[in-house]
Amino acid sequence: MPVQTAAPRIEVRASAPVETISARTKVAVRNLDFFYGRVQALHQISIEIPERIVMAFIGPSGCGKSTFLRTLNRMNDVIPGTRVGGEVLIDDHDVYAPGTDVVDLRRRVGMVFQKSNPFPKSIFDNVAYGLRINRVTGSGSELEGRVEQALKDAALWNEVKDRLKTSALSLSGGQQQRLCIARALAIRPEVLLMDEPASALDPIATSKIEELIFDLKKQYTIVIVTHNMQQAARVSDRTAFFLLGKLIEVNATEKIFTAPNVKTTEDYITGRFG
Amino acid sequence: MDTHRHLDDELSSLRDRVLLLGGEAEQALERAMYSLSERDSEVAQQVLEHDDQVDRLEVEIDRQCIDIIALRQPAARDLRFVISVAKMAPVLERIADHACNIARAAIDLNNEPELKSVLDLSRMAEHALIMLRSALDAFTSSDAATAREIIKSDSEINDLYNHTFHRLIELMVTEPATATRDARLLFVAKHLERIGDYVTDICELTVYMAEAAFIKHT
Amino acid sequence: MAASFTNVDRIRRANSAFMTTLTALCTLMAVGALLVILAHIAWQGIGSLNWQFLIDRPRPVGEGGGIGNAIVGSLLLLLISSAFGLPLGICVGVYLSEIGRGRLGGAVRFIVDTLTGIPSIVTGVFVYATLVVPTKHFSALAGGIALALIMIPIVARTTEEMLKLVPHSLREGALALGAPQWRVTVGVVIPAAASGIATGAMLAIARVSGETAPLLFTAFGSRFFPESLNQPIASLTVQIYNYAISPYDEWHAQAWAATLVLMTLVLGINIIVRFLTRKKF
Repeated sequence: MPVQTAAPRIEVRASAPVETISARTKVAVRNLDFFYGRVQALHQISIEIPERIVMAFIGPSGCGKSTFLRTLNRMNDVIPGTRVGGEVLIDDHDVYAPGTDVVDLRRRVGMVFQKSNPFPKSIFDNVAYGLRINRVTGSGSELEGRVEQALKDAALWNEVKDRLKTSALSLSGGQQQRLCIARALAIRPEVLLMDEPASALDPIATSKIEELIFDLKKQYTIVIVTHNMQQAARVSDRTAFFLLGKLIEVNATEKIFTAPNVKTTEDYITGRFG
Repeated sequence: MDTHRHLDDELSSLRDRVLLLGGEAEQALERAMYSLSERDSEVAQQVLEHDDQVDRLEVEIDRQCIDIIALRQPAARDLRFVISVAKMAPVLERIADHACNIARAAIDLNNEPELKSVLDLSRMAEHALIMLRSALDAFTSSDAATAREIIKSDSEINDLYNHTFHRLIELMVTEPATATRDARLLFVAKHLERIGDYVTDICELTVYMAEAAFIKHT
Repeated sequence: MAASFTNVDRIRRANSAFMTTLTALCTLMAVGALLVILAHIAWQGIGSLNWQFLIDRPRPVGEGGGIGNAIVGSLLLLLISSAFGLPLGICVGVYLSEIGRGRLGGAVRFIVDTLTGIPSIVTGVFVYATLVVPTKHFSALAGGIALALIMIPIVARTTEEMLKLVPHSLREGALALGAPQWRVTVGVVIPAAASGIATGAMLAIARVSGETAPLLFTAFGSRFFPESLNQPIASLTVQIYNYAISPYDEWHAQAWAATLVLMTLVLGINIIVRFLTRKKF
């Protein structure tokens, strides 16, 4: 459990000077194949995700981008009949190596889902859930501190600080999604996976989430799947384009959106199919 | 794979407009030079009167580009096309302005006795026209290679300009009586030289549009 | 054009009105029948209902007497059956919904469905053969277990259905936070389905509180207040049954009153459980 004490936390809201993005690779995937039963959903995916950037996955529905995202924290394990080939290395450790502790992996690789899924518990208990099950905190005051920090990091604290004991389901859709982000942040993951986190939200709530993503990349490596290409363009540093279970192109986001290398990417970006 | 899109309609209408503007600039230059070489002030007058339409066309293209960017959010080659057109329209308008200036000079010169040295300028003008025409063709067909060739050929116009410059200065010294008219011609030469530079800009935009490469100032 | 539109409109409206009336009538008939039954029971039962009747034990004809021991007996039987039936049923439901995929789960589901269909008297006979005969006496425990056996499949299937209604995203959310499967089930899925599971439990309790047949061979009945779970015990249903088939008008009246009490009891349990498991979040 190397996570908690290390690495001084940067206050997200502080206007930190622009830091040079380290080129260290956080996630490296090599020749990944993925099968649902006999159907091959992913073909030989290889990609490197540098630390502390936002990587966006785009592509038409059913292209495998969500499936691929879920291989990174082994969420696909839950689905019966799935099979994985190849390697997913996080900090040079293969997450599919035998003996890997999936629970520990999911603590290090947090996830936010398309549909906000707060537990039918209080706001506080939602954020505290991950801390409690993982026995992260020693004392009650430490727990409260971590919950508060997570809510602040998710830019939700000011809206909920006076009603932490009320139901999470009383929050608006956008607030619920930020609560889910806070819940994921509370256990301080190193990588944050987001599966279309704003697809069910109105533009204002969406822009709040996008601002948040922008702030969060100072501390986290973020991988976001989105249907909304403009969103990928707005929030990400690098963009990967998937089609029919294959990774077609991965490049700097501005390159993908102004001058992609592959014609298929350009056809998709310019809306000429799909 | 290709599906029909409204954006395609808008982009092709934008393309038509910018080619129309290019045609106007070309025609203005051609007529201004005709008026100078054939001493026909009426044609020069037509060029000046026509300039309003050129200006209007430029504004329309500007607005259309802004609308497409705001409403259609073009990406990749569509984005590069719209940006190129937006930057090209003012360039074409300025070429037309230079043509107007030439037309004004022509009107003034046509009121005076004919000068021998005009011949040289016709060669320059011919070259500028060919450059402009082929630049617009290269743009239409996204032909970066041709665009690069045209950029190289700009040096010929510059050479012609330098040559003309020295000749006219010589003439001014040897025949002070016609110095004022020679000075006017010098300005016409300068306008033609500038047009060559603008055509270079158009070609650079064509290369950007086709290859996403920035070749400006290189 | 306009004319034909109006025609279609008229036909459609007539159809709509007809269907509305039809459904309203059906509802009225069903609810009406229920109300008539309830009113009849209340009408017949209210006359014999008094405090003494509620706390006294049965007396010979002509001496009054009451159903106090039967009320206590019924409550005890429900308590025993709930103590066995609810946890077991809920566990089976959790297994079916969360763990038992594949062949074994299918087999369990089939058995549970079959159990639901078994006539309650068979259950009574079964408990009689396996519990009453070996111990050589009727008992409250045997009665409670017979009722529990009836409850288990009902609770199991409703629990399963209710758990399946919990969105998959909730489970994924908890798994993604590093929760092991059992913690997801216990800490997130079951609480989210709590009110639904409680409804299923209520349904089961209401169902067995009306059972008579399985008690005849197990709890048997008694004219005294219960002293031990190892003895035969009175219950409202058996008491009602005995009084109803007796030749005495007084006992008939008391049967009506006991029925009213039983109904009120079920209603009361219903309301209490609803209140306790109302949606907090």
